[in-house]
Parts: sequence; C-alpha cells; structure tokens
Amino acid sequence: MDFNFSDEQNMVRDGISRLVREQYDWDTRRAVISSESGWRPEFWAQLAELGMLAAPFSEEDGGFGGGAVETMLIMEEFGKGLVVEPFIPSVVCAGGFLKHAGTAAQKEEYLSAIIAGEKVFAFAYAEPQGRYDLANLTTTAKKDGDGFSLNGQKAVVIGAPWASHFVVTARTSGGQSDVGGVSVFIVAKDAEGVSLRDYATVDGRRASEVYFENVAVSADALIGELDNGLPLIETVVDEATAAVCAEATGAMQVTHAMTLEYAKQRKQFGVPISSFQVLQHRMVDMFMEYEQSISMSYLATIKLDEDEAERKHAVSSAKVRIGQSARFVGQSAVQTHGGMGVTDETAVGSYFKRLSIIESEFGSVDHHMRRHIKLTAAA
Amino acid sequence: MNLEFTAEENAFRDEVRSFIENNYPQNIERAAVQDDMSPEDMTAWHKILGEKGWSVPAWPEQYGGTGWTPTQRYIWSEENARVNAVMPLPFGVAMVGPVIYTFGNEEQKAKHLPGIRSGDVWWCQGYSEPGAGSDLASLKTTAVRDGDDYILNGQKTWTTLAQHADWGFFLCRTDPDAPKPQQGISFILVDMNTPGIEVRPIKLIDGGYEVNEVWLTDVRVPAENLIGEENKGWTYAKFLLAHERSGIAGVARSKRGVEQLKEIAQHEMLDGEPLLQDMGFATKVSQLEIDLAALEITELRTLAGEQAGKGPGPESSLLKVKGTEIQQRLTELTLEAVGYYGTPDFRSFPADGSNDFPIGPDYAHSAAPTYFNMRKTSIYGGSNEIQRNIITKMVLGL
Repeated sequence: MDFNFSDEQNMVRDGISRLVREQYDWDTRRAVISSESGWRPEFWAQLAELGMLAAPFSEEDGGFGGGAVETMLIMEEFGKGLVVEPFIPSVVCAGGFLKHAGTAAQKEEYLSAIIAGEKVFAFAYAEPQGRYDLANLTTTAKKDGDGFSLNGQKAVVIGAPWASHFVVTARTSGGQSDVGGVSVFIVAKDAEGVSLRDYATVDGRRASEVYFENVAVSADALIGELDNGLPLIETVVDEATAAVCAEATGAMQVTHAMTLEYAKQRKQFGVPISSFQVLQHRMVDMFMEYEQSISMSYLATIKLDEDEAERKHAVSSAKVRIGQSARFVGQSAVQTHGGMGVTDETAVGSYFKRLSIIESEFGSVDHHMRRHIKLTAAA
Repeated sequence: MNLEFTAEENAFRDEVRSFIENNYPQNIERAAVQDDMSPEDMTAWHKILGEKGWSVPAWPEQYGGTGWTPTQRYIWSEENARVNAVMPLPFGVAMVGPVIYTFGNEEQKAKHLPGIRSGDVWWCQGYSEPGAGSDLASLKTTAVRDGDDYILNGQKTWTTLAQHADWGFFLCRTDPDAPKPQQGISFILVDMNTPGIEVRPIKLIDGGYEVNEVWLTDVRVPAENLIGEENKGWTYAKFLLAHERSGIAGVARSKRGVEQLKEIAQHEMLDGEPLLQDMGFATKVSQLEIDLAALEITELRTLAGEQAGKGPGPESSLLKVKGTEIQQRLTELTLEAVGYYGTPDFRSFPADGSNDFPIGPDYAHSAAPTYFNMRKTSIYGGSNEIQRNIITKMVLGL
C-alpha cells in the first residue's frame, strides 16, 4: 500500500494549487463566468506554460511522463476553485483519444498543440436521445470518396464555444445503438457545415449544441479503428469520469470547509449554530462522505490502466458513490447556510450547483449503478 | 372511517372544475420561478376569484370566506393544481388576513380585508432579519413611539416579492428592555410607499429575484397600524406561522408535479424503453408517490381535526417537514429525468421575443432552476430543523 505521491506529482499538486489559490479567487471567477467569453484564455496559456496541460502525457507524446494521477491532482484543485477552463474536454478527452489511438501524424499535429494550449478541443459525444449511452448515435459519417460526410447534432458540448476543434463520435455503420459501427473523428470548428448554438450552463460554464451538415471529413481525421471506436470511447470516458470524480472531491472539500466556517460564526439563539448537535452530526456526515469520495476517486484513478472489466467496475463504483456524496454534501451545505445558501452572491450556492451537475456528468448515479449491476452479473 | 367523497362533494368538484375551465386565464402559465411572471399575471386569477367570492375560502364567512368544509377546500386546491393554476399569494390571504380578522380592530378589518379578498393590495412579510432567521425572536428592527406615530429603523431580509408590495406586516421591537426576547415585539402594518423604505432585490442561485432586503430608515408609521396590543406581537406572529406551515405541505402541487415527472419519464428513453419502465427509476417515482399518499392522508386527518374545531397546532410542523422533503425529491427526480438538458442555463439565452428555444425538450428548461430554487423550502417558514425541535417539545414533550 502506498498512497504517497511522487516528488514530481507533489510538484504538480503544489503548482496547480498555488495557481488556483492566487488566480481563481471567488470574485475573479464571478467576473469571468459573467464576462462575454466566459473563460480566461490567458489562464489557459499560463496552465500550458506551467506544464499542467502536459502533465498527464508520456514523454514520447511530448508530456512530462505523467498519467491519470496527475490528472486527478489537477482536477481536485480545479474543483476547489470551481475552475471553468476546459481541462477535461481538451486535455483528458481529446488528449486521451490521441494518446491511446492517435497516429504519429495526428499526435504531431494535434496533441502537441493541445499541450501547448494552442488548440482547444471539445468532446462532442452526447446526443439528445442518448441518455449516457455512448453507442446510441444518430450522428452519421458516411463514406464519401476517400473521406466521410458527417451529419447530425450533438447535445450540450461542454467548452464548445471556446474550442478550435472537436472530437466527434459518429455512426459509420450498424443500427442506432449497436456496439459496432461507431467511429471517432477530429473536426475543426471552422469546417464548412459546422454550426453552433452557444449558451451558458447552470454551473457557470459554456456549452453549445453543435450541428454537422454534410461536413467533409478526410480519412486521416479518423482516430482509432473504423467501426470499432466504442472501446476507445469507453476508455476515454472512463478517464474523464475519474477526472470529474476528482473535481467533485475538491469541490466537496471546500464546500465542507466553508460550511464549518459559517456554522462557527453564525449565531442563533445566542450561540453559534455549530453548537447544535443536529448540525454537528450533519457536518460529520458531510466529512465522512467526502473522505469516502476521495478514496473512491483514488480507486477509479488507480484502476484506469487495469483490464476493461476492472476499470469499468471501479469507475462506476466511484461515480455512484461520488454522485451520492455530491448531492448530500451540496444540499447539506445549502441547508446549513440557511437563506444565505440559496443566494447567488455566496460561494456555497455555486459549489452546490457544480456538484449537482457533476452528479450526472458522464453518467448519473442510476446509469453507473446499472453498469455496475451488469458488470457484477457478468463476472 | 370513509375516504370516499360524498355525492355532494363530487358535485362540488364538478362545479369547481367547470368554473376553473371557464374562467382561468388561458394566457397565464406558471414560470420556473415566480419572478419570471409579471405581477399582473401573478394576481390575475386572484382577482377573478375575488369577484366570484372564492379568493379566501378558509376565512370565516363574516369576512368573506366561503364556508366550505376542509374537504371542499382540499378539493378546491386539487382542482387548481390540476391546471397548474397560479394561486393567490399567501401573504395577504393566508398570513396577514387571518391575523387582522382575529386580532385587528374594526377599522383595520374594514380598511384591509377587502383589498386582500379582491387581490388589489399586494402584501409582503417583514419577519426575518440578517441576524434573526430561525431565531426570529432575536430581531432588532425597532419601532419607537413618537406622538401618534411609530418610527421604524432596521433591516429585514428574505422578504418575498416585496418589490411589488403595497403593504407589509412587520415585526418590530417596541420594548428593548423586555425580560425575554419574545416579549417587547409588536406587529405593525406598513404602507410600503412610506418614505424611508428601500427594497433591494437579492439574486438567488436559480438566477431569479424572488426575495429582497428591506431597509427601514426613520420610517414614520401611524400608531393605528399596530395590530392588537403593543409588545404582544409574538403571539400574533406564532399564530400566523402555524397558518403558514399548514399551507406549506403543497400536496396538490406535488401530485401535479408527480404527474409531470411521469410524463417526462414516459418521454425520455433508456435502452429503447421509456425511462419510467426502468425498474431503478420507476422505484424512485413509486416511492415518492407512496410518501406523497401518506402525506396526503395525514393532511386530510389534520383537516378533519380542523373541521372538528381544532386549530392548526404543532402537527403542522410534520406537514411542513414531509411536504417540503417531497417537493425537493420531486425536483431532484425531475432533474435526473431530463438527463443532459438539465445543464444548459436557459435564462442565459438572449431574449429575442420568442420563447421558442430549439434546444432540448421544453420540459427540461425549468428542471435545474426549480431544483436549485426548491432548496429554500426546507429553510423558510422555520427551517426543518426548527420544525423537528417544535415536534420534540410540543408533541413529544421532550
């Protein structure tokens, strides 16, 4: 057993922690998310400069020789600051596809640009009818000469307004939910036939509905195998799920800390409300929830490189537990803050909202419970 | 024991249903949060009911009540919920109205009750303060007698929809030296247009403006606006809170909400089947329906007690706790049901004159804001922790 981090990992953690602390204070974040662009490209550039966008990649891929643990450490800190910049879509998802299945040419063109922060990717995989089923696709990529012609709509593509490129999942053969027949492509946002409807999300990020209309995609835009993209997609989405789990633990930790702080200073009936046993027990339960969540975040992260069944089992276990904890911690924090907890001006409401959306990101508690049940039945 | 409705009650239901069908303004739909509606929309139905004589069903007949039995009132609220009607705001009808006709003098009744019945006067409630929420008795806003007036100073908060209010009812400290904090508080009616009142909206986590801070600086209020006796306001305040809690269970609204949730879950697909047929999700919906049925019968038992002459007592705390828990779970399940489309902030779309967002199904638009907004229900009206304290002391005698 060793839960210690290497010196390099501790450096990543300290670096990102300092950056978020210094540059992502509450007022700054509020100003950023209500600004027109909704993010800070200069913060992204700084992340690149500090090597944070390179942290999860091997040296051969132009990274610092890290992996999932580095991602976890970064996302925990992102969760603490409610950072909105698109680390998961661009680095974990797009970077993940390229890392696992990119050709040398694709890595050369895209991965180095992701690491440098020069290209920003969004991951266009969800569809209105899909409900977390990664194979349920109505977006099609039909053979067209040497390349493909892409048609369809992608739902709630996080970070799309900031992106230069998309990783897009599409059906190249088979029926709507078939396991086979799914492929993955890189598409530039400015490609002809791509259109977006941009909007804010309830947790302070930006997203788009992305429409593809007869978009010409060249053969070398395919990542991985034609028609056999699903295992790759599942691998990357599991990695993204572990990353969002880590983000949740960071957000829970801060949510709990600010609740304790508030309960100690808020007085009712002449005493701090922290002296009421019912609130003490609730704060103890919150503490136990986030500690368990940290454990599950570690488990998911550690198991990402194991075989498929073990990986899925661990990731789904973590997402179930963390989804439940996110709800409990978020709701309890608001309740303990009383009226202040439902106002827009206090931080706790924003942590609650982010935790509420994390609950369903990359699959709800129900979705992962079902996957867990199926895996258990198959074992 | 009989849970069936009588023939008379069924006839009453038909009468109510046809009245609503023929008179409910068709252009008004309930928005995700109240502030998304115009003040006129919020009071339109109230005004129609006022003309019909049905706006204050629970009041004694001498003050304009209907004389309906509690069962009839229950049928009334069910039928309104069936069409998702925008009901009269509680501040006048359910809160200050009963205080005025129970503790007010004849002049006060004559002056204020007609406007409450008709819906022409918008009331707000000045109870909570920044340092006095669940511990309401520690409130600091002062009312100092000066000749024929009181002069009010202080700050109220969480004042719901005060931005539209004509009148407010305020709890103020009139005797700072009273031996107990509950003593020395008075219940005063305040014209919201009086100089010295400033209403500042508070933005909530759902993005709406439903509540306000109300700042009172040397607000001069005629002493005749005092309800009952000076320094006895706590008695009236508690009376009002018991009334407030009995309305908070929201059974009829929740029943309608469960129907809507089931419609959504019938529409959302999972593995090629409606979500509602998924055993996991269906179990949660059924659990909610079962808990709601338990609450409903409990409320009916309370109503039957009222019919037999018992006023709303500490049992109303049970209705508040269980009712708000169900309301919150309903919004959780609705947000779960809509999947990806719970994430967009539909308030952020530019207003282009059309309400037609071609993004996601219509029913998804209010799911997240409603979920966020409804966290307030276990906090307001005396938090659920406080309600459990009340049951501990008043019911269990601990």
